[in-house]
Amino acid sequence: MTDIPAITIDADLQSASVKKSAEPSFIRIEGVTKKFGSFTAVNSVTLEIEKGEIFSLLGGSGCGKTTLLRMLAGFEEPTAGRIYIDGQDMTDLPPYERPVNMMFQSYALFPHMTVAKNIAYGLKHERMTAAQRDDRVRNMLDLVQLTDFAARKPHQISGGQRQRVALARALARQPKLLLLDEPLAALDKKLREHTQFELMDIQDKTGTTFIVVTHDQEEAMTLSSRLAVMDKGRIMQIGTATSVYEYPQSRFVAGFIGSINIFDGKVVSIGDTTTRVHVPEFGGDIEARSVEGIEDGAQISLAIRPEKLTISRTNPQSANSIRGIVRDLAYFGKDSLYRVALPSGHIVSVNSVNARRIGENERVADWEDEVWLSFDPNSAILLKD
Amino acid sequence: MNEPHHDSRFQRWFNRRGWIKITIATPYVWLILFFLLPFAIVLAMSFATRTPTAPPFSFGGDYPLLNTRTYHRLVEDSLYIRAYLTSIFNAVIATLMCLLIGYPMALGLTRVSKSWRNILLMLVILPFWTSFLLRVYAWMGLMGTNSWFNKLITSGYNYLVPAEDALRYIPMMNTNFAVVLVTVYSYLPFMILPLFANLEKLDFTLNEAAMDLGSRPSRVFLDVTLPQSVPGIIAGSMLVFIPASGELIIPSLVGSSSRPMIGRVISDEFASARDWPMASAVAVALLLLLVVPLMVYTYFDGKAHEKIKSSGGADA
Repeated sequence: MTDIPAITIDADLQSASVKKSAEPSFIRIEGVTKKFGSFTAVNSVTLEIEKGEIFSLLGGSGCGKTTLLRMLAGFEEPTAGRIYIDGQDMTDLPPYERPVNMMFQSYALFPHMTVAKNIAYGLKHERMTAAQRDDRVRNMLDLVQLTDFAARKPHQISGGQRQRVALARALARQPKLLLLDEPLAALDKKLREHTQFELMDIQDKTGTTFIVVTHDQEEAMTLSSRLAVMDKGRIMQIGTATSVYEYPQSRFVAGFIGSINIFDGKVVSIGDTTTRVHVPEFGGDIEARSVEGIEDGAQISLAIRPEKLTISRTNPQSANSIRGIVRDLAYFGKDSLYRVALPSGHIVSVNSVNARRIGENERVADWEDEVWLSFDPNSAILLKD
Repeated sequence: MNEPHHDSRFQRWFNRRGWIKITIATPYVWLILFFLLPFAIVLAMSFATRTPTAPPFSFGGDYPLLNTRTYHRLVEDSLYIRAYLTSIFNAVIATLMCLLIGYPMALGLTRVSKSWRNILLMLVILPFWTSFLLRVYAWMGLMGTNSWFNKLITSGYNYLVPAEDALRYIPMMNTNFAVVLVTVYSYLPFMILPLFANLEKLDFTLNEAAMDLGSRPSRVFLDVTLPQSVPGIIAGSMLVFIPASGELIIPSLVGSSSRPMIGRVISDEFASARDWPMASAVAVALLLLLVVPLMVYTYFDGKAHEKIKSSGGADA
């Protein structure tokens, strides 16, 4: 539970953006649009990314995240807008003249070259001696722990190793910006978690700015310093994992990141820190943290995450409490998921951490039990759209 | 869910009836009947003695089993050696020309949109719809001294050279040039199609990766596309080189009679000279000349693949 007052967070976010505009960002994407025929893949995206960040572009398939990445690499030309990297206008430069390298989703390793040759490939265009080049390749092999596999061909190594070769090859030229297209998608779950930390470690060592495209919200949240949620070619929200998860600004973002319960409501009264909202589904009014730009009597959505709801058998006697009946429950070990039916018939998901060890039939609630749900006004999210 | 069951029943029926054996046996029977057996006959005939009978050869007499006269003549008479050299030379030039013309065309086919690709592929195959002989005759017309084609080329030539070297026409017919030109024209699709099949399978992401790593498009072609298209180049070159070196019709119709190609020699020996043993020997030597390098290549290629497989155990 976050007990930080709302105003402080807003102030923090604001001061961060003020600081940014003082000096130009490392990477600036200004009003970039990409159209394929009549289809708009990327719609006037403006984005600023700082040096050394791991920035994620998160969204479902067809949201334009890959097109945006390909425009950064130079494979697609923007229909409108400019792209600046380290103060230089990159928009009209071909891929081979950009200080940018990409790690492809399919890795795109050259099948007819050994691991070492693959890594060395980008270096032959650099002005360096053979000894320097060998040195760089050795360092890269070291970095991704593949020194013993230098002489193998790509089909002779495992998927995880191939992924690391692709990373080493992309990093060998010491690019100003590394683009990663679904870097972990082709790995199995266990390897993915391990590789995720490895990626962060390598980013830390090299200090390269990373832009990661992913559809996996967990991946985006753990990997990145900041992320942008995209939908239909537009950026819906930019922020840290915490701010996007805890303070979504639209129904789309709230629903895309994590699971959430959403109800329609109507603003009753606006206070300094909390707003009273009438929610017909609850059969009453509840209190939620105020957000800017809402009016008395306006239609509004109330969103609340399953883990922010407290489930109890007795009335907690607090402001936001609702009665319901447990329809379903799933025990996952560390937590349980309850599906509670409100009197109106609406089903609410509740996630409850099993902090205490319990025996059989000692659960907080069981099938068909009558329970009370309650939540902190600070945890309730008001969404204008 | 019903499918595997259905499948296995079909498979059982297939196995029980011995269909699988028949399926496998068919190509072998075909090869034995129509390749190995005739080849054995030709091979035997090349060791026979020429007689004025019908058929014009016999075993026995002074050479009861092996008469090696034909093979002696093959190495001694410069006519045969020159004919082999002319054939190989023409075939090599034609193959190289086909490669030079066909490679960009095949690459172009992989780069155009799907609808255009089908139209262009159709155009590549379209010449097969008219008789091969007819197309060679068309070329004879074009290359003749009075054709617009010859006149066009002649005027182009005259424009480039000083006036005193001007020609009334360029003698194209009955030259090696004519043979190579018509061979290239005739066999170009056999180069384009295998190359296209190979190039089409290549992953374009690799080209993007090479470009991303700093290579200009020309460099990308040399580093990525070309090495990966070697199997297509070999397949296309084989398909052009082998028939081109044994080609009979083209050199007979447009070639020079003073520099015969080997196909012409075989035909003449059989039909005009009625020296069947000699014709057979020439044919056997040609086959060995073409097949032995191919077998050597296949052997080493197979070995290379085995090597990859045996060391391919990826340790995860």
